[in-house]
Amino acid sequence: MKLAISIAGQTIDSPFDARFGRAESFCLVDSDTGAWTVHANPALSASGGAGVQAAQFVAKLGAQAVVSGAYGPKAYDTLSAGNIQRFLAPGNEARSGADILAAFRAGQLTEADGTTHGGHHGG
Amino acid sequence: MMQIVIASGKGGTGKTTVATSLAQVAAERGAVRFLDCDVEAPNAALFLHPVLETHRDVGIRVPRVDAQACTYCGKCAEVCQFHAIAVVGKKVLVFDDLCHGCGSCTWHCPEQAISEHLAVTGVIDSGTTPEGIAFAQGVMNVGQTMGVPILRELKQWTPATGDAPPSTSLRASGALEIRDAPPGASCPVVETMRGADFALLVTEPTPFGLHDLKQVAAIAHDLGIPAGVVINRDGIGDAAVGTWCADRGLPILLRIPMERRIAEAIASGQTLVDAVPDYRVGFQELLERIVAGVNP
Ligand code: SF4
Ligand code: SF4
Repeated sequence: MKLAISIAGQTIDSPFDARFGRAESFCLVDSDTGAWTVHANPALSASGGAGVQAAQFVAKLGAQAVVSGAYGPKAYDTLSAGNIQRFLAPGNEARSGADILAAFRAGQLTEADGTTHGGHHGG
Repeated sequence: MMQIVIASGKGGTGKTTVATSLAQVAAERGAVRFLDCDVEAPNAALFLHPVLETHRDVGIRVPRVDAQACTYCGKCAEVCQFHAIAVVGKKVLVFDDLCHGCGSCTWHCPEQAISEHLAVTGVIDSGTTPEGIAFAQGVMNVGQTMGVPILRELKQWTPATGDAPPSTSLRASGALEIRDAPPGASCPVVETMRGADFALLVTEPTPFGLHDLKQVAAIAHDLGIPAGVVINRDGIGDAAVGTWCADRGLPILLRIPMERRIAEAIASGQTLVDAVPDYRVGFQELLERIVAGVNP
């Protein structure tokens, strides 16, 4: 399965970034082979709608699932419209993208059911 | 029609006090229309007492996608700089609260699959005051965050025929429009000022007042609008506002001293010139100076 993990850095060993829309980049990894690539998050500089933009970005990358610390309501809706599974990993412990991959393989990640924070308002 | 904006960098400086009194003295010399542009908390009606008999829903035009016609090409999402429309797989999602109603997606859709629907974000109330001032205010619905679309509609408002004074007299060269701007120095203030002939900046002679004055003065300057200053609660604070205005060549057109009877009048819902008629002359002169400055 193609998994997009939000990270802060350039490699799978970079730290996990618990934010979704504002993550520095996404590590796209094949959970079967372990082959990975890193893609800068274009939504990082968005003034609004970062979650929507990031969700479309990972959809275009071909991700079938994402792992992040939290999803705003709009990111959640966009990901679910794209049939992309949404996994949660706590962001309060220092972990790398590789650690997240291991946790995913071990079946330790829970799926987000609804939104984990209220998102942003403003215009 | 000459358009005057009354602005201040923050709330509570007496902006509405100045705007409403100016409107009253202006109504003695010609047709006036008054727009309360403080869409988050309009309060000029409390002083001018218009009969608000017309209410019109306003908002932004948000896209709706015809699933039959859409090919999920993604063009709409690509052109939307607000990320208010998303295309994922065989679905198009629209987030009304992110949409600015700019129409780009509709324009760029190669299949004409998008139509636009009004999402109501507020209302424009309008009517006439006892002096015959044509009055309109924009009120943003609770929970809405974008005041600018309502302001654009408000600036377009013209009194319906039957309202006094008739709109034909408003188009006459002597007619005046007075816009009471929202407090602050953000987008709604810029939108209120845009296109105006003169900006009257109300401030207090304190360091905070000066700080806020600099911000609104910068907006007027950037928009190329001539400006003048009213110092309210003159006598408190220091002389720094006066010095700064002199350096910048900004004329101080009126000083309103700190007086208990002024505060009492405002608390009782009267305009300053109604409550303290000795200010009438000061406001008449203020108006003449603005008009003369714009049409020398
Ligand atoms: S641009 Fe038009 S056809 Fe293309 S995805 Fe958007 S709505 Fe559908
Ligand atoms: S109208 Fe403008 S802001 Fe709204 S969805 Fe279309 S492109 Fe985006």
